[in-house]
Order: sequence, then structure tokens, then C-alpha cells
Amino acid sequence: MTESTTTPRPQPGTDGGTSAGLEVLTFDLHGEVFALEATTVQEILDMIPATRVPGADHFVESDINFRGRVIPLSDLRLAFGMTRSRNSPEARIVVIEMPIAGETTLVGLRTDGVREVTTLSDACREPPPSVGMRWRPDYIRALFRQDDEFIVLPDLDAIFAADLSGPGGRLRPAN
Amino acid sequence: MTPDPTETFRIEAAELFEQIEQGLLDLMQDLDNRELVNAVFRGLHTLKGSGAMFGFDALAAFTHHCESTFDALRRGDTPVTADVAGAVLGACDHMHALVDAPGAPGQEEHGATLLAALRAALERAGSAAPLEHMSAPTGTGWRLRFSLPPDSMANGTNPLALLTELRDLGEARVRADLSALPPLEALDPMQLHVGWEVELRTSAPRAAIDDVFIFVMDTVDLRIDSLPPADQPAPVGPDVALGPAPTGSPADPAADSRWSRPAENVRVPAERLDEMMDRVGELVIAQSRLGQVATARDDLPLRAISEEMERLSGELRDTMMVLRMVPVSTLFGRFRRLVHDLAHETGKAIELATDGENTEVDKTVIERLADPLVHLVRNAVDHGLESPSERGAAGKSSAGRIRLSARQEGGEVIIRIIDDGRGIDRARLRARAEEAGLVLPGQALSDGELLQLIFQPGFSTAAAVTSLSGRGVGMDVVKRTIESLRGSIDLRSTPGEGSEIALRIPLTVAIIGGLLVRVGEGRYVIPLAAVEECLELPLEQDRRSQGRAFISLRERLVPFLRLRDLFATGTEPDPHQKMVVVSTGTERVGLVVDQIIGNHQTVIKSLSRLHAGIETFSGATILGDGSVALILDVAHLVAAGQQEEARMRRTA
Repeated sequence: MTESTTTPRPQPGTDGGTSAGLEVLTFDLHGEVFALEATTVQEILDMIPATRVPGADHFVESDINFRGRVIPLSDLRLAFGMTRSRNSPEARIVVIEMPIAGETTLVGLRTDGVREVTTLSDACREPPPSVGMRWRPDYIRALFRQDDEFIVLPDLDAIFAADLSGPGGRLRPAN
Repeated sequence: MTPDPTETFRIEAAELFEQIEQGLLDLMQDLDNRELVNAVFRGLHTLKGSGAMFGFDALAAFTHHCESTFDALRRGDTPVTADVAGAVLGACDHMHALVDAPGAPGQEEHGATLLAALRAALERAGSAAPLEHMSAPTGTGWRLRFSLPPDSMANGTNPLALLTELRDLGEARVRADLSALPPLEALDPMQLHVGWEVELRTSAPRAAIDDVFIFVMDTVDLRIDSLPPADQPAPVGPDVALGPAPTGSPADPAADSRWSRPAENVRVPAERLDEMMDRVGELVIAQSRLGQVATARDDLPLRAISEEMERLSGELRDTMMVLRMVPVSTLFGRFRRLVHDLAHETGKAIELATDGENTEVDKTVIERLADPLVHLVRNAVDHGLESPSERGAAGKSSAGRIRLSARQEGGEVIIRIIDDGRGIDRARLRARAEEAGLVLPGQALSDGELLQLIFQPGFSTAAAVTSLSGRGVGMDVVKRTIESLRGSIDLRSTPGEGSEIALRIPLTVAIIGGLLVRVGEGRYVIPLAAVEECLELPLEQDRRSQGRAFISLRERLVPFLRLRDLFATGTEPDPHQKMVVVSTGTERVGLVVDQIIGNHQTVIKSLSRLHAGIETFSGATILGDGSVALILDVAHLVAAGQQEEARMRRTA
């Protein structure tokens, strides 16, 4: 059930931030193209049943079993104000490793489908538009234009920092 | 990946420090004990030697002074006083610092201050010996010849270190005695063929020279003659300076006898044990999945294998648990130093007794118990024990007694902290509780309930806040920590006679027995240890209780929480709701669930940082089908239930 379909591992020496550009894994999210730094990606999983964590913030509201470890599953659609729709057969979970509150943590990200590992060149980098954006600007690390498509590089640190300090995470007994 | 040799030294140093500190503390109780003086001396000696070998020069230099002091004590030049032992104990902290962060700013000055204190203590003790064997007056001295057996380097002796130590005693001329050197073709480079002749000009007594050879005493062939006072230095051969070892063996990392100790223990980094525990946990889960598949099929061979696997994985788990067990003595050992310091700070005389140190507990439990225990011992000293004059007036011995004991009972270990102090003043406790608004004036409380108030957040009976305790962060934190280990805390106190705090902690925190329940579509685990009973919530109770959430259970009102509401499942309740009554000590609360599934051996996994703020769950586990189930934090839910009860009472 937790079989991985692919495990993109960047070649040594080509990790992100070089002058050539940034190596990323691109994926679909509610009709938009998003990207994650390839070096952070651990594994890509088929959708598996997730366990809802009552009281958790809405965009990390469940846990999954990743190789015997319990890791949170995050739905970035909710961080970007997108509506939830049914999972298509292409939906996948991308497991990434990132520091949260000083600890290296595994986090699963729900996607509508994984595309490819590609290099985003700095030349294609565009500043986020100051107007006309529905999303919180601090949630976006960079925008890239490639093949007439916008690719969004989300700022996961900012997103999860908001979760850690956010109002969620407390249960109120419903009377 | 080769381990950092200095890391090896640090680990060794930590053990030496413990040994030295324990020795010093024992010595302060028993000043005439020569054995202890020798033990401390050996510890300091090894520390200095190993420190110098691994390049901790500042440490070696500083430790040298303490070593010299103990050398003087050992030889009877200086009487042993608690004052001197205390000064060396103080110096130990500085040695720690020199190991942890050599070269930190201000270290030298601090070291000098400590040495001055040590010197002063020695003078008060009427020391005959100078603190240091400084440039010894020439004139007298010793001539010694020594040779070591050929295999001694293979056994870890470094003759160069011996020569260096001799040089420390005074002006030394060293000549190598090569008479035993075999011809080149017969030379075994691993063997030692060289002897030495040393002419040492020093005022140090012969015992000082014996000390140099203390670790090789059994094997060395040593002859010592005193030099004639009239000093025409006898012509000796060319100096053998700190050159390469004559046999060409590379810088020998084993300069003392510790390597020759039989290796009965294996030192394993704690993370590796944790990793292994994780693997074993996964194996247990995989096994339970296999078991489910095997049971569902009519396949006898498969079932046989599954049962075999179950037995093996169970045994592996038990073995793993034992591996993680460490004796409580590792925890209790720290308290001797703490009590010593506390006695110093408070001016109270304290005797610390410990028993049951060999009781073994999971290492995670030990680590997490350290802080609460420190707090409890501080409390006992600060609030419990009276001053010597008060004790005298009460007809007690002037030294207060604190006893730490550990005992295993079934799957739990019970740790007690007992003092023979003044006990808890109920009237003051009550006054303080009323002041803090925890109880109403005149509210009837049993003695047990009254004592429990101590564990309320923000409660402190200390009339004056001292530097030790009573800052109002205290017993509630202790209680919470103990509960997070799924343990409980009991307090008994007799005014005028003392108090006893008993901590009951499960032996392990890695795997628990759990009760698996279903709430809506989610499955949850309730720690079995907290479950008192399961019952069906009667239909009329269920309906009647829409407004108030209480059920009468054997003459007592028990508040209950509907987990379906709490977790906002958004599902229709099952027609026959079940209630699991859980408790922490005296407080109970009912948890209403849709279905009770059954027992479940639960391997505890921690929740991710992103979910760490959710207090309702203490962790998660992986079920037989691979899905995740959350583990309820009973202490938190009971507290929530109590709040609910209090709210209901107010509105009633």
C-alpha cells in the first residue's frame, strides 16, 4: 500500500541554488503547477488512507503511516485558499523532509498529480505580482515562467510556521 | 566513519568525574578512609594522564594541582579535611568546563581563583606540603632504573608517559638502556626492548616515584637508589628527549591500564537503540498484520509460520526492552552532589540515603525523571527539612534525613523521596489555597484532597521564595511530567515527622497495552492502565444528558465527555453508545465512544512537531491494517472533564 512509484534523487553536485538554476519536482495542485526543491523530496506515494487528527489545523489535519513512522499529511490547497475536490487517480503524496521548529521532520504533501523533475533557471524567475494575486504573498518563495506556464515555489517554512503559531491545535468541547 | 578520539576521551572523562565526585562526597563523610583518598587520587591521575594524551593540556595542567593535593593527602603530609575535599570538588566543575569547552574565555582566571581557594584550604588544614612540586631544590634526588616486560606496549603501557611524569617531579636526566636490544633481524617492533636509567633531582619523596609506576607496579622491574647529597651529577648518556618511541610504534593511544580491562560491556549510542526499537516496533506491527491474514485463511502452514513469527517477535521485543533498561543508580548518583550543594546553600545538615539503586528502568523514563526528582529533592530540603536548631528543639537529630528509594512492583517502578522534616502544615496549605482561589473558605476537603492541592498550577507554600524552589513553577510541572510517563504521584505527610512522595512509573514507555475504540470513523487507543471499566450508556441517560454530562456510578457522579462531539466527527452516533471510564488516581471521567473494539498491544510513536500542540493525544500507533490510530492523553481528558464538572457546578 505504501509502494513508491518513483524516487527522484538528484545527482550529486546538482542540488538547488547553483547558477544553472534550481532542480525541482513539479506537481499539480488544483489546476496550478507547483514545485518543490528536489533535494527535499524523499518519496512519492500513492494515496493511502489518512487518519484525521481532531483539533489539528485544517491544512495538516491528518497523519499517515510512512514506513512505520507517523507523519503529518498536509493539504496545501487549503493554505492557498483552494477548494477541495475528489482525488483523481493521479493524486499522489509527496513526502519531503524539512526543518520544523529546529527539528528535521518528514511531512507528506497531497498533490493532484506529480509531473517531472526539472531545472528552473534563474532567468525565468519572476517577482510575485503585487496585485492580482489571490494568495498570501509570504507563502510564495518564487514564481517561475516556463513554457508559458507559471510554476509556483511555495515557502513551506512560512506556511508551517503559520501553522505552529496559528490559532488551531486546540480542542473545544462542543456543547 | 571513525569515532573522534576526543569524543572517546570525553566519555571516559565523564565517568572519571563521576567517580571522583562520588569519591570526594564519600570522603567528606568519612575523612579517615584511605581507600577513598586513593580512589580519588587514581581518578585525578588518570584524568590528567588521558587529558594530556588527547591534547587537553589546560585540563592536564589544572588537574595536576588537584592530583598533587591528593597525593599529599595520600602520603599523610596533609590531614584530610572536608574543606580540602570541598575545594577539590569545586575544582571538578572547572575541569568539566575544560573538557567541554577548552579555551573558553576567562577559564584561566577562574582556574587561578579555584587554585587559590584550594591553597587556602590546604593552609587551613596545616599542610606540610606545598601545593605544587615546583622547581624542586637540587641537591638530593633519586637514581632509578626500570624496565618493563617486552609485551607491555601491546598491553597498553606507554613508557614515554612514565618518563614525562618523572620529569614533572624535577630535573631529570634520562638514559636509555639498550643492552637488551636484539639484532635488527630479530627485532619485533611490537615489543619493548629498552630500559631506562633516570637521574632525578627532586625533593619529592620516594612515594612520589612509586606513584608514577602505580599502574605498572606488578610488572615493572624498578630499582631506586637515593642520590648522594653532594651533587656532581654522575655522567649519564645522552638525553632521550620526547622522541619517537624507540620501537617505532605509532603514538600509542593506550597510555594506561584501562585498555587492559576485560571488555564486558559494549557502549552503544542511544540513538542506535532507539532506531532498533523502532524496527522492532515495526516488526511487531508487521507480525500482527501477518497474523490477521493468516487467521483469515484456511492455510495451516501459513498459520504455523505466523505463530512462530509471533513468538519470535514477542521475544525480540522483550529482549529489546531489557537492552533499554538502565539501573536507577545512574539517576540517584547525581543527587549526592545536589544534596551536598543544597546543604551548603541552606546551611542545613543533610544525610542522603539511597536504596534499590539496582532497580532497572527504561532509559527514556530515567532521562525524563531527572528533572522532577531534582525538584522534589530540592523541595524536601528547602520546605521539608528544618534548620539544625529547629530540629534540636523538636528532639530530632541535627542532620535532616532524605531517603531515595526505588523498587519494582509488577510492571511499575516505585520511586520514593522521604524526608524526616517538618511535614506539610495543613493550615498553611489551606490558607494558601484559599488565597489562590483554589478552594472556597469553609469548603470541606479530605486530607488527601487537601494535599493534592499542592499539585495545582501556581501553588507554592513557601512563605519566602528562595533561590532553590518555590517559584510557583513546580509541583504541577512535576505531576504533568510523571503523568506524561503514564505514572502517578502520591503524597503522604505527617506534621512534625516528615513527608513521603511516591512516584509510580511504568517500566517502559515504548509499548503499552491499549483499548482500541471507534469514534465516528476514527479509531483511537486508550491506555489500558487508565481504564477502570466499560459500560453501555443507558439510553435514557444518553437522552437526558444532552444538557448535563454526568452519570451516577456507584453513588458517585462521574462527568463524561462525548468524544464524537469533542472530535467533531460529523457522523450519526451509533444507537448504543459505550462509555469507557478512565481515571488518574482519584479523578474519573467517562469517555463516550461509538464502539469498543478490544485490546491492542500499542507501539507508541510520537506525533510530529506540527501536531505537538494538540494536548488531547499523547502519541499515535500503527494498527494491524497499516493505518494510524491516535492515543488519547487520559490525564488531559480527565482535566478537561474536571473543568467541565466545575463549570457545571457553578452554573447549577
